[in-house]
Amino acid sequence: MAKHTLSVLVEDVPGVLTRVASLFARRAFNIHSLAVGPTEIEGISRMTVVVDAEGDSLEQVTKQLNKLINVIKIVELLPETSVQRDHIMVKVRADAATRLQVTQAAELFRASVIDVAQDSLVIEATGNAGKIDALLAVLEPFGIREIVQAGTLAVGRGSKSMSDRALKTLSA
Amino acid sequence: MSNSTPANPASVAKSINRSKDAATAVSSVVEASNPVQGPNNIVAPTKMTGSQAIVRSLEELGVKDVFGLPGGAILPTYDPLMDSTKINHILVRHEQGAGHAAQGYAMVSGEVGVCIATSGPGATNLVTALADANMDSVPMVAITGQVHSAFIGSDAFQEADIVGITMPITKHAFLVTNPEEIPRVMASAFYLAQTGRPGPVLVDITKDAQQGDMTFSWPPKVDIPGYRVVTKGHNKQLREAAKLIASANRPVLYVGGGVIKANAHQELKAFAEFINAPVVTTLTARGAFPDSHEQHVGMPGMHGAVSAVTALQQSDLLITLGARFDDRVTGVLPSFAPNAKVIHADIDPAEISKNRTADVPIVGSLDEIIPQLQEACATRFETDKPQDLTGWWALLNRLRETYPIGYTETHDGLSAPQNVIERIGALTGPEAVYVAGVGQHQMWAAQFVKYERPRSWLNSAGLGTMGYSVPAAMGAKVAQPDRVVWAIDGDGCFQMTNQELATCVINQIPIKVAIINNSSLGMVRQWQTLFYNSRYSNTDLNTGHGTARVPDFVKLADAYGCVGLRCERDEDIDATIQKALEINDRPVVIDFVVSADSMVWPMVPSGVSNDQIQIAKGMTPVWEEED
Repeated sequence: MAKHTLSVLVEDVPGVLTRVASLFARRAFNIHSLAVGPTEIEGISRMTVVVDAEGDSLEQVTKQLNKLINVIKIVELLPETSVQRDHIMVKVRADAATRLQVTQAAELFRASVIDVAQDSLVIEATGNAGKIDALLAVLEPFGIREIVQAGTLAVGRGSKSMSDRALKTLSA
Repeated sequence: MSNSTPANPASVAKSINRSKDAATAVSSVVEASNPVQGPNNIVAPTKMTGSQAIVRSLEELGVKDVFGLPGGAILPTYDPLMDSTKINHILVRHEQGAGHAAQGYAMVSGEVGVCIATSGPGATNLVTALADANMDSVPMVAITGQVHSAFIGSDAFQEADIVGITMPITKHAFLVTNPEEIPRVMASAFYLAQTGRPGPVLVDITKDAQQGDMTFSWPPKVDIPGYRVVTKGHNKQLREAAKLIASANRPVLYVGGGVIKANAHQELKAFAEFINAPVVTTLTARGAFPDSHEQHVGMPGMHGAVSAVTALQQSDLLITLGARFDDRVTGVLPSFAPNAKVIHADIDPAEISKNRTADVPIVGSLDEIIPQLQEACATRFETDKPQDLTGWWALLNRLRETYPIGYTETHDGLSAPQNVIERIGALTGPEAVYVAGVGQHQMWAAQFVKYERPRSWLNSAGLGTMGYSVPAAMGAKVAQPDRVVWAIDGDGCFQMTNQELATCVINQIPIKVAIINNSSLGMVRQWQTLFYNSRYSNTDLNTGHGTARVPDFVKLADAYGCVGLRCERDEDIDATIQKALEINDRPVVIDFVVSADSMVWPMVPSGVSNDQIQIAKGMTPVWEEED
């Protein structure tokens, strides 16, 4: 199934995350990643949801999402007209012998080392899914101890703002 | 320089085509001028408690009757409720009864039904009614008490996360912990329940919010940014629809309960007569179009009329109005109406193309869309004459005459249940309200009572809740005390909720209950007869002829202070019904002892195409006449 990225503007009220997440579960959709946070407008949060879905069922789940009272607006962000970024922290084994190799590998990916211990490093990286996968492949031989990953963030290219349009709807 | 790509307006536009304001075929967003229902009083800021604010909000919203049962967490609200002269509170015997009563009230009146319960078990007892209302789009508001906000999440006494529990089965659920929010939330709840696709809304209010002080003013500001209702149909889609209607040789108006919810029955009649297409009315739409009208070809679906099922199967154009292609109507979906194009008009965009892809989707309210469609057709027909439907009507008329809804005589000396129900309908007439439970008696009540007006037929269609009938009939009678209200119930269903007869007696709500007593869970038994080699696993209820008769329904009725009657012979049916019709000072319960072997026909067995409809066991109609 194809992955689709949905940006969902929601009222920042208790339970809204549960409502959105359980709707996906109820309609048997697999959420690949989910990121939630406040926006530039007070009281409105934005969720970026990456789901596995085919065309018809994506349309159905979008319509169902729209029926949730706390959901203000939904936009599907297409890869060609949006920027999408993943964010990861990786704890890698690195002792005196391998530390330099690991840090060099990280630099190649413009990743940063954010913690150093005697036998490990924590590396932070941002990029699209392909870049993150490639970084992990390079780090793997050294020994990955932990991976922490945030949901994909995505925003449409160009000057237009999703919440502008949503607010226009509100005042209409 | 990846981010230097200029935004392509076309692709941006495409990317927002799933946004709310650009849903399929939406032309305009019409705001209700005043989202706060009721007599429109203006109340200057007044100090009161949250509980008083709940009662005052109900009064300002114009609520006259509520059904409920108090308990610890809702106690504060029951105190000011006692002083209200505007609100009649009816004390039920079980919260599920309050829920179904609110549904019945809403279904016959079109107004929001209200029920009240306490936290925990009180609230969970409402769950079935809420799920039922959600499936059948019934406007209702449930108010529940919740434990003190400081105790939420601590497994406190009578605590249940009712907002969490009801999220998937309500249109929306609110939790109120701040008394200042009560007027706004109450008004919002009623607005949500009533507008768009109607549905149940739950308002869960903590005990401290009820006890706390607040400043009440009216009307509150109802601002629900994520909720927009489209009422007018999109002109382009309407023109497309008219084009399809003009060229259709076998059009059918596939009418669902949405027509009744939108109060669009008159518009439907005018439009149907204008285009001369056959009309089928689904289980929730019985009465949306008069049964006596010559264009009515019956109820479609698993137990639908041959003429109605065939009309859909052989149609080349389904004009779908407020129906949702439910599996009980379509049978095996890919084989449903295989040659038909589909016009689908509904207020809920999510219903369109959910089960069956629509060729012409129209989002909006049917009371606006149907006249718009008629106008579009009138314009179209000026230059593009509609097809001659004589051949189509000849086929359907032949099927109607050859395979009318009927039944076979019984062989065990007991009455045919169909006969009992047919006589109830015939002797009481179309001005009455008929409320069924779920099962065989429900299907027979849908088939054998003649419905001439909307809101005269109530049943639990989508959820199929046994036990719906008695409390829903009670709610209907409260809303319309001048109408005769029949609960046509089964002996199984009746045993689930008959405690509300006590409520009916004490509050003088004289409903009439006809128990179609076949001493078994009849519909399940029918399936066991047909598909499980007549092995009757756990379907015998021992309530009927020649059994231990537990309970004895006549004695039970008597114990409740109702009039209890028993009818065991065909020759007594009319007299018994007449007698019941003459009693109006208390509820009447009639134990109609009927045959357990009677079955609901026609039937499309589960899992096959509607073409396999059987008019009796193993008998399929002859489709084409040999010349």
